[in-house]
Amino acid sequence: MTYLPNIIFAVILIAGIGYFTRNIKKIIQNIKLGREVDTSDNKAQRWKNMARIALGQSKMVKRPISGFLHVIVYIGFIIINIEVIEIIIDGLLGTHRIGLDVLPAQVYGFLIGSFEILAILVFVTVVVFWIRRNVIKIKRFMSAEMSGWPKNDGNFILYFEMVLMALFLIMNATDTTFQSLETGNIISQYLSPWFGDNAETLHLIERSAWWLHIVGILIFLNYLYFSKHLHILLAFPNTYFGRTNLKGQFNNLEAVTKEVKLMMDPNADPFAAPAEDEGDPEKFGASDVMDLNRIQLLNAYTCTECGRCTSECPANQTGKKLSPRKIMMDTRDRLTEVAKNIETNKGEFKDDGKQLLGDYITHEEIWACTTCNACVEACPVSIDPLSIIMEMRRYLVMEESAAPMELNNMMTNIENNGAPWPYNQQDRLNWVNE
Amino acid sequence: MMSEELKVPTMADYMAEGKQPEILFWVGSAGSYDDRAKKITKAFVKLLNNANVDFAVLGPEESNTGDVAKRAGNEFLFQMQAMMNIEVLNAYEVKRIVTCDPHSFNCIKNEYPSLGGTYNVVHHTQYIKELIDSGRLSVKGDVYKGKRITFHDPCYLGRANNEFEAPRHVLQNTNATLVEMKKNKNFALCCGAGGAQMFKEPEKGDKDINVLRTEQALETTPDIIATGCPYCNTMMTDGIKAKEQEGKITVLDVAELIANTQC
Repeated sequence: MTYLPNIIFAVILIAGIGYFTRNIKKIIQNIKLGREVDTSDNKAQRWKNMARIALGQSKMVKRPISGFLHVIVYIGFIIINIEVIEIIIDGLLGTHRIGLDVLPAQVYGFLIGSFEILAILVFVTVVVFWIRRNVIKIKRFMSAEMSGWPKNDGNFILYFEMVLMALFLIMNATDTTFQSLETGNIISQYLSPWFGDNAETLHLIERSAWWLHIVGILIFLNYLYFSKHLHILLAFPNTYFGRTNLKGQFNNLEAVTKEVKLMMDPNADPFAAPAEDEGDPEKFGASDVMDLNRIQLLNAYTCTECGRCTSECPANQTGKKLSPRKIMMDTRDRLTEVAKNIETNKGEFKDDGKQLLGDYITHEEIWACTTCNACVEACPVSIDPLSIIMEMRRYLVMEESAAPMELNNMMTNIENNGAPWPYNQQDRLNWVNE
Repeated sequence: MMSEELKVPTMADYMAEGKQPEILFWVGSAGSYDDRAKKITKAFVKLLNNANVDFAVLGPEESNTGDVAKRAGNEFLFQMQAMMNIEVLNAYEVKRIVTCDPHSFNCIKNEYPSLGGTYNVVHHTQYIKELIDSGRLSVKGDVYKGKRITFHDPCYLGRANNEFEAPRHVLQNTNATLVEMKKNKNFALCCGAGGAQMFKEPEKGDKDINVLRTEQALETTPDIIATGCPYCNTMMTDGIKAKEQEGKITVLDVAELIANTQC
């Protein structure tokens, strides 16, 4: 009987981590629905980007207020989680604050004291975040795509964090042995008197807070998969796989290069039969998530819907429908839908009559983009919404011939006379004598 | 008026003499045909002539870079244009290219190499800086002394290629007061013409992008809005018209500003 709590703890822990692992595997599987991309280049630069942008939060602090607040929560999150190691060991072995057995009291006190300070800082910061979203109603949290689930999701995460921080402090405040140490209770000593001095009640509250804290952490861990909050993990791979070349350099489609070279080769036989093992010709651009590449799909899972991209977007700022954040949210939603479809149909995608382009992202959004890269620059975790927009334009133009009429005219002019306007190529030098 | 003075040799001229110019001036479609952009082209040629630069243009052998087709999604047309141009450039053994158009600059510099065209490509603001720094070009007079100039970063020069310094460095030579818009450099707002928007009507919204950018520029109470892109120039000029500031504020390319300081 005495081992019952240990066993319950182990079961909860294994279930929590097991379910999380299962879902992470699903994410990896879903990302693999995308096209492969070679990311073996620039390894040193990639590690540097990860260290600077994800670990070092370099892009977060470009906006000083939200950046500063985020750094508090980020540091708090990482450092306070050291405490989870002790909680897990205690839970499995049935010990109580094992840290005290292995560390000198002063060191232990220093650690817990730091956690307590961070916990109260995180708590206050998260309250400020909540106020920014719900009271001040900062514009980028109020866009059309942020109503309903995305809005609630953002708030749930904040409530989770408030509750977890509160439980941690309550757990310490009601732990009479810890309080009697008089070290490390730097914040909790002020909360302690709230709970009276009945030893039995205190013990009951302490145990409840302890259990709720660790169960809460496991629930939060598993909530990530369903929320926009995956960035706390995926920011690292995403910044690693993010672009390492100049933002102006758009990729050249290799499949097109092959065909253009063939077209321009005077020795090519125009009537030659295609080689037999060539298979279906590659689709140009993207109309659905399977046409996007794996980095673009990872981008979609990484997006935490902060909306910095959208608030910098010139089209969005002038009231157009385009919102780079929505492009990422739509991509993820459609990917989830496709994955479910594959799951129910035993590993095969059954046409559901829908696709990302048209059913989620409209043509109007795609054509409003100025390709200015402001969204790419703004993203604190190296997401590239522009590359998805470009793939969809490619699909519309090369597979559907569905460019706006004015653009078709422009392209016809280039084809006919080498300029976007109907001027004769022979007149290119006329300006000299005008 | 200015035309008689301009010396604009072509690559074919150089070839006939069996010589190579220092640099090829890629005029670009806007610079060749657009009335406003042609003035920028001429101003830049004036600077090249004054600095005694051995340059040449392709003239009728130049064709559209394909940049705008690429941004519109037509990768086929882009690659066809690119390969045709690369064939011409390689045949002339071109090593170095300068252009007044950040879109051509970005496209030739970054997107031509994997198609077989690798050149040292510079934007004209970078080249003017080079000419001033090496003493080949001097900025004379106090034409702009006491004037307030704000520089609008073209997306494809700035954010896309991280060149923020060269145009500002050049402008500093005019003795004008440089004033920055709140949104500048990496966070500069687009003029609204990029991504093939120049060639179509904007989607439905509550404002035009160029008007918003012009408003941001007006916050700095400038006498001159400087740009380094023919498309930005058109957009900002239209913005100034929309805000009814034509009498007070002029939109000029960096090349024009410097050309005006020449004798």
